Amino acid sequence: MDLGPHADFILASYAVYAVVLAALAAWLLYDGVHQKRLLDVLEARGATRRSRAGRAEKNTKP
Amino acid sequence: MTNQSITQKLANPTRFMSLSGAILPWLAGLAVAVIVFGLYRGWTAPPDYQQGETIRIMYIHVPAAWLGMMGYALVAFSSFGLLVFRHPLADVSAKAAAPIGAAFTLLALITGSLWGKPMWGTYWVWDARLTSVLMLFFLYLGLMALRSSIEEETLAAKLTAVLALVGVIILPFIKISVEGLSIPWLGLEIPAWNTLHQPSSVFRSDGPKIHPSQLYPLLYCALGFTLLFFALHMKGMRNEILRRRVKALRIAEVDRARAAEAAAPAE
Repeated sequence: MDLGPHADFILASYAVYAVVLAALAAWLLYDGVHQKRLLDVLEARGATRRSRAGRAEKNTKP
Repeated sequence: MTNQSITQKLANPTRFMSLSGAILPWLAGLAVAVIVFGLYRGWTAPPDYQQGETIRIMYIHVPAAWLGMMGYALVAFSSFGLLVFRHPLADVSAKAAAPIGAAFTLLALITGSLWGKPMWGTYWVWDARLTSVLMLFFLYLGLMALRSSIEEETLAAKLTAVLALVGVIILPFIKISVEGLSIPWLGLEIPAWNTLHQPSSVFRSDGPKIHPSQLYPLLYCALGFTLLFFALHMKGMRNEILRRRVKALRIAEVDRARAAEAAAPAE
């Protein structure tokens, strides 16, 4: 396909677009994995939210 | 199902995580498919009689400009939801939308410059449209900087929401900058500024000014990138909910450790 005399501008536009959107998607995916891993580590340590811990405590009381 | 029940259902972060987890892969897949189809139609459309092949830039520039503004409208709408209705997910939505809107605004500025050089003979002019979109980009950066500069999350959310609502004036300004505004029954007449940027070719009272062979690929691309925006936004909201859970667990852990320390007999 012949993009004419302004091919560089057209290709540069699409390249920048692809890089920025790919970087944004990669950052969101990485952040999701990172937060999930942190949550798993905390839960494995037995950490629970105050509201949940409070409910659990109440349920175990005689 | 009433509106209230939908709002109530989505107000629960756990329910949102479950619902969005099921929707997100389909939404992302659909977005990619529509974008690929739109770009295929765009690249096989005939070149413009004036712009030539450079019209290919329009298929990505115009959706980026629309989504940059739509992203800010979403931030402002969510901020309103936080300040007025105290919706639990409103701040999560506003926070997640800001970087995505900023990215699309940046893309609109860059692709616009790359289109402007061969068409106008310059990458940049300080005219009303280009400058107001640059201000929109800085507004996004300001919102993100303000939020990250305040450690107290509730205060950061409120202050960012106020700034977002004040900054919403930029949206009509961007629109009016090229086309002006005339509301005869209000006696309001704002002339268009002197600008190189062409007026809207799609959303006009007298119908689109683009040939259908170029209009439909543009609309497919706009739809595809809009779906992508919402997929990224949903992912950002899910990440933010996880981040807040992590923070809540850490605080609870520290509180319990302090309580245990206080209850332990002094040696």
